[in-house]
Amino acid sequence: MLPAGIRWPDISFRWLALLAAVTIGVLIALVGWELYQGSRMAIGQFGPRFLVSSTWNPVTDQYGAWPFIYGTLVSSAIALIIAVPLGVATALYLTELAPMRIRQPVIMVVEMLAAVPSVIFGLWGIFVLIPWLRDHLFVWLKTTLGFLPLFQGPIYGVSMLAGGIVVAIMILPIITSVSREILRSVPNLQREAAYALGATHWEVMRIAVLSYAKRGLFGASVLGLGRALGETMAVTMVIGNRPEVSASLFAPGYTLASVIANEFTEATTDLYLSSLFELGLVLLAVTILVNVIAQLMLRSLAGSGTGKIN
Amino acid sequence: MTTPNQFQPSARQHAWRKFVSGAMAGLMLVCAAVVMAPIFLVLYFLIREGATSLDWAFFTQLPKPSGELGGGMANAIVGTFVLLTMAASIGVPVGVMGGIYLAEYGSERANSWIRFMADVLNGVPSIVWGMVVWALLVVPFKTFSAYAGGVALGLMMIPLVMRTTEEVLILVPQGYREAGLALGIARWKIITVIVVKTALKGIITGILIATARVAGETAPLLFTALGNNFWSHRLSEPISALPLLIYSYAVSPYDDWHRQAWAGALVLMAFILSLNILVRLLSRDRKFT
Amino acid sequence: MADLSPPKPIAAGPPAGASSAVPRIPPSIAGGEMEVAFDIAGFSLWYGANQALFDVDIRIPTRAVTAIIGPSGCGKSTFLRALNRMHELTPGTRIAGRLRLFGEDLYAAAIDPVVVRRRVGMVFQKSNPFPTMSIADNVLVGLRLNGVSDRAFLRDRLEASLRMAALWDEVKDHLSRPGISLSGGQQQRLCIARALAVQPEVLLMDEPCSALDPIATAKIEELINELRASFTVIIVTHNMQQAARVSNRTAFFYLGKLVEYDQTRTIFMNPSNSQTEAYVAGRFG
Repeated sequence: MLPAGIRWPDISFRWLALLAAVTIGVLIALVGWELYQGSRMAIGQFGPRFLVSSTWNPVTDQYGAWPFIYGTLVSSAIALIIAVPLGVATALYLTELAPMRIRQPVIMVVEMLAAVPSVIFGLWGIFVLIPWLRDHLFVWLKTTLGFLPLFQGPIYGVSMLAGGIVVAIMILPIITSVSREILRSVPNLQREAAYALGATHWEVMRIAVLSYAKRGLFGASVLGLGRALGETMAVTMVIGNRPEVSASLFAPGYTLASVIANEFTEATTDLYLSSLFELGLVLLAVTILVNVIAQLMLRSLAGSGTGKIN
Repeated sequence: MTTPNQFQPSARQHAWRKFVSGAMAGLMLVCAAVVMAPIFLVLYFLIREGATSLDWAFFTQLPKPSGELGGGMANAIVGTFVLLTMAASIGVPVGVMGGIYLAEYGSERANSWIRFMADVLNGVPSIVWGMVVWALLVVPFKTFSAYAGGVALGLMMIPLVMRTTEEVLILVPQGYREAGLALGIARWKIITVIVVKTALKGIITGILIATARVAGETAPLLFTALGNNFWSHRLSEPISALPLLIYSYAVSPYDDWHRQAWAGALVLMAFILSLNILVRLLSRDRKFT
Repeated sequence: MADLSPPKPIAAGPPAGASSAVPRIPPSIAGGEMEVAFDIAGFSLWYGANQALFDVDIRIPTRAVTAIIGPSGCGKSTFLRALNRMHELTPGTRIAGRLRLFGEDLYAAAIDPVVVRRRVGMVFQKSNPFPTMSIADNVLVGLRLNGVSDRAFLRDRLEASLRMAALWDEVKDHLSRPGISLSGGQQQRLCIARALAVQPEVLLMDEPCSALDPIATAKIEELINELRASFTVIIVTHNMQQAARVSNRTAFFYLGKLVEYDQTRTIFMNPSNSQTEAYVAGRFG
């Protein structure tokens, strides 16, 4: 039994640590609560119609979230379509093919990509990527795939497709590194089983590695989706920021995060501001849902072995 | 029991399989190259466009009014450091203490919940942090402020620092703690003097990673720190930051501002990369993690 | 002990007349009465700078079970993996010497290891069915990789392979269940069926029973006994009773060298080498 004079610092230190840990829970609750508080007026005014209405008109004070939800979903979908195959293929290359001595340098390069701030991708997007897309890739897409509604209409450069491509670049590092962890956790015995049957290198990857890892790879993609949905600055700078729902990927779009970034400080009426808060609430709900799914999928796989997935 | 015929794989079949395997390997190599390309392209243009725009004025002068040539980002550079200092003074104590709780005290059940929430919190879009802190600090005090910006970045740092701190503390051998307890040293002293000190390098690494991560954040500052074309004299005033200025210059119509946006981006990137290099140097030969 | 001299180039081959100049193979085995599956001479293997096998000379008969015994680290698994070039999956390995299967040099430049591994199947210490595949798919995956799509043929092979692995009666009513739903011993027999389905000429078994209980072990041993009639089986085991029970011939490896190779009965009853005698008597290893 320690004397009381020694025990109280121990107890207070412990409480302090507990307080800090509990902050996490408090923060989650706080974020949810503040956004809910901010959006109450819009929720009361528009009800569930808010989510499906395409009108976003500050002049008439009419607000609907659909163009932004649509833009967020489409740009994220484009990003995933590009980034998942590239990221998984790179992870496969790193775990199954690359000579040992070049693995670490490649991993370092991919990690460096993760360090680039969103705003720098945006800057690069505006002045390097967009002109190239406008003058080359988009023109080529229009001439070869122009029969699809996706690739019709005037080419501005800033567009849904440009937004999707920039987001794809930004989520490549996380998809690649999480996929790599997943592939590394495939037991060697599985690979050997396939080799011993006379499988080629690719067949081993297909039947032993990829099929074993597919749930984890799906988790990695969902994690990437979580990042894509909330991506703000780079998208705002290249997507065109027009609240329209258009079938063409060449048309400008708008996302939940970008409209908040652009219009928050300009919101002139309380209802306008409240509607922006409701967009934030929608964004938060979707990203949390997606992240929870990703974390659950990845956790159930590796047990607690891999630890942090970020 | 029937004895089926011996199957005879054809040479063509075999050649095809070899071809597919080789083609897929080639495809993966191409994919890896495509994944690595953007960082080189970004760095190339940052250096090409940024280096020529860097001059003495960039580091020493205030931004010029729109349309005028020249000026610099001196206030934004200072602002970024001010904001990061404030962020660290929130994120580091709370994150490290939380990490200590997870590693040293918490029950397995409670910990897995806190870990889970920390990972979810890491996924909260940064723009949302801006809105929350706006509602918490900008509305009540009726002004955008450096405080609000610092708090927004600080809150984002908490889960990052907490998770890395926990990870390095767990790696400190249990024997160190038992040795301390056997000597009759109070638990909090064992933790602070022995455990944290042993893992200090790893904890610092985690703090640097978190700092590098928030240093480039723009979205949470848009409605908190807001930006400022002049020096901020008080933390209760709006303050400029490099990412904010890069953003507003990049989307402006002026060529000279575009030039300066590249210069600012180069400086910001250099700062973040040097933090990352520091992390690498620190973690090269550390005992824990 | 370790021989650090550079390996002999493969092309140079073994010294002339090596096969007849192997003194430790008794005439009863080296003689013409048996049909030789593996004809191996002067075979050495290195992991980087470490030599794992030294100048192994051995002729392994077909339609018989050959056991490879020895203390752990003696190179017996390495040797087994060299027989279907599985060791090449470890970077930095190289070999020297001659290794022929039915007269064909398995390490010749024109030979694809993929083909070698189809001809020389392998079963591992731990059962490793593909977890995402059904029982049937596990058995048939090798054939499908080889482009076989004839359904009647696949069905025949499925039944025949599972029968050969003595698993048919237990699983015939739920072939579409996942392979990993089976018990440990059944999984190992599933892996044997999977290896047999591509109709290999040789079946290599690397301590196939080390993770199994005695009843499952007995089943596998019974199965090995039946495979003897039509296959070349080579089994690595640390269990000397098992070697004595299932094999016709036994090779004793120690420190990367083939110490003695003879009829199993001779190895266990009347070994000619004192190290072999000490090992089978349980005095080391």
